Amino acid sequence: MKRHLISAADLTRDDAVLVLDTAEEMARVADRPIKKLPTLRGRTVVNLFYEDSTRTRISFEAAAKRLSADVINFSAKGSSVSKGESLKDTALTLEAMGADAVVIRHPSSGAPHRLATSGWIKGSVVNAGDGTHEHPTQALLDAFTVRRHLAGAADGGPVPHGAPAGDGTGRDLAGRRITIVGDVLHSRVARSNVLLLNTLGAHVTLVAPPTLVPIGVESWPCEVSYDLDAVLPGSDAVMMLRVQRERMNAAFFPTEREYARRYGLDAARMAALPEHAIVMHPGPMNRGMEITAEVADSERCTAVEQVANGVSIRMAVLYLQLGGALPADSPAAAAGAPTPARTEESE
Amino acid sequence: MTMSKTLIRGARILGGQPQDVLIDGTAIAAVGTGLPADGATVVEADGLIALPGLVDLHTHLREPGREDAETVLTGTRAAARGGFTAVHAMANTFPVADTAGVVEQVWRLGRESGYCDVQPVGAVTVGLEGRQLAEIGAMAESAAAVRVFSDDGKCVDDAVIMRRALEYVKAFDGVVAQHAQEPRLTEGAQMNEGTVSGELGLTGWPAVAEESIIARDVLLAAHVGSRVHICHLSTAGSVEIVRWAKSKGWNVTAEVTPHHLLLTDELVRSYDPVYKVNPPLRTEADVTALREALADGTIDIVATDHAPHPHEDKDCEWARAAMGMVGLETALSVVQHTMVDTGLLDWAGVADRMSHRPAAIGRLAGHGRPVSAGEPANLVLVDPDYRGTVDPAGFASRSRNSPYAGRELPGRVVATFLRGKATVLDGKLT
Repeated sequence: MKRHLISAADLTRDDAVLVLDTAEEMARVADRPIKKLPTLRGRTVVNLFYEDSTRTRISFEAAAKRLSADVINFSAKGSSVSKGESLKDTALTLEAMGADAVVIRHPSSGAPHRLATSGWIKGSVVNAGDGTHEHPTQALLDAFTVRRHLAGAADGGPVPHGAPAGDGTGRDLAGRRITIVGDVLHSRVARSNVLLLNTLGAHVTLVAPPTLVPIGVESWPCEVSYDLDAVLPGSDAVMMLRVQRERMNAAFFPTEREYARRYGLDAARMAALPEHAIVMHPGPMNRGMEITAEVADSERCTAVEQVANGVSIRMAVLYLQLGGALPADSPAAAAGAPTPARTEESE
Repeated sequence: MTMSKTLIRGARILGGQPQDVLIDGTAIAAVGTGLPADGATVVEADGLIALPGLVDLHTHLREPGREDAETVLTGTRAAARGGFTAVHAMANTFPVADTAGVVEQVWRLGRESGYCDVQPVGAVTVGLEGRQLAEIGAMAESAAAVRVFSDDGKCVDDAVIMRRALEYVKAFDGVVAQHAQEPRLTEGAQMNEGTVSGELGLTGWPAVAEESIIARDVLLAAHVGSRVHICHLSTAGSVEIVRWAKSKGWNVTAEVTPHHLLLTDELVRSYDPVYKVNPPLRTEADVTALREALADGTIDIVATDHAPHPHEDKDCEWARAAMGMVGLETALSVVQHTMVDTGLLDWAGVADRMSHRPAAIGRLAGHGRPVSAGEPANLVLVDPDYRGTVDPAGFASRSRNSPYAGRELPGRVVATFLRGKATVLDGKLT
């Protein structure tokens, strides 16, 4: 794996399967009475959040803590950032404090890329969502959820709804048909998912009103449809994206009601899915907008499970980037040397 | 007081056969072969191209207001190093150059610098706000004798204001230079809208936002019988519209920047704000169309849109970064690389697009003249065989935001003469 995780495109098929397999191991830790591993003792993980995102931040925080890392939460509000400090100066500060990994959420597309490539810090950078660009750990947790459900049975097939989660260790998502519905234009989740699901062998179809499909989408490794009803019967999983009501004011669609009628998932549409198909949502949900309460609360909807899987995936990512393996291009790895011991600090 | 004499020996004027050029005082005294030195300072120009001093119709000198980015002095030193003898200073300063007082201040600073003539551009509307016409007549009649008016940085998007401005400048043979950018189509725009913007998740700046304004403005100029100049034209579609307008005989001129002749939006994949500029870098197809249009004269001139910014405004995340690139000191090299070395334009063509025509559009007397006896001695000597790597640390500009850092480009300005006085000699400022 690369030292940084900026884009889902940074992951090869084997990298992605390794992360998912590692996440399965991590998920087993969560089932123990003591949900903690000593792997990252003495390492420092900084959560650098320039946007309010309680869900993603606590997910990374829980992941780092379960690996025994020291966690520093740095949110833009009420910090030096709100006093006008630049990303560069904040990064230099974190570097001076010895951050081994920086998990960054930023409203500007490309900010994690800048952080990783500008020489401001030496640690690993994990993109926790940048503008309307990417959100690779969300795509990994989505792929993990898909694999558990659609490739989790002993024969590699789907697990029945309501049954315990399967384990698809070693498998990819070859041939699975995933439909992503909603505001693709503004969605970092959609961009990362298209790349990662394609890497894992799945067929992706994007469904959205034409106003919410990016220019240039024809170069993406996916298909595009404006007709949800036509696509649903051929979908093994349908992923509903959050649609912000404010988009209406910029004329992306006429009204919430029309959006819900044409692109929302209700019980009738859910019934058009194949029996084994699951409904996914990255959250937070707009009930009544892109998804009805009936669908959201059904046993086919994996929204809550996705949150739990998010912690396992983020544990796997931090583990692989900081503790589990040396980067392939590091001198130590080339020399076959063991991981250098670090001075452990008291907590 | 004795008038200084300089004999330039063996320069290829506009790329022709080697000739000598004798400068006496502020003018060219003679052009020929075997001219006697006769006490003159001799400049050996073997292998060098002689062109009339370059004229930039689009320069941001930042003074008054942003002296941390550039001053008239540092900007004109950069211009001289780039082979320019006249630059048009854009109006988006602080305060805006929308009164006779501000344009006269800029004009006077230029005269004091001595490196390059500075011809101020006046704002079209008060404060570049697009609502009320600035006192265009007062600026035209000021000591600065402004002829080019532009809200550059902002589009004069109100069709009525644009129409009135076009009509009004007819009284003194002025021209409105339009920054063509439909504002609603470019709200929050960060880069060219296309395949790359879709992948990078950066808000797109669609070509149609430029083309729709150009289409409207050439029609308006035709309707009121005035002349309009299109700033930094950047798309293949804009070329088609200008070509059509010219075929109608309408009084339309257009410029292209060096960076739009060379760079594409693929560079934005680095998220390095040094590539952030307005209008944005476009696609390879646009670059090709722009080069062809400059070659066939559809695009009249090259203008730098030299836009200096302090380091901190580029050393940050993309969305937060300022738009613009410095260009005065690399313009001629980029034009040689993209137009001359590709066979699209000869050196006479370069003189036409970078000196004669911009001076003509700006109604600038004393610049863009032929290299012949009796003409003002505004000259540049270029070594076309030079190859070098661009190092912004060596720029005379106060700013370093060059997209060419580390790139190998051909050509080097060896000497620049402003009315007979060398501002650059042996590649160095005098």
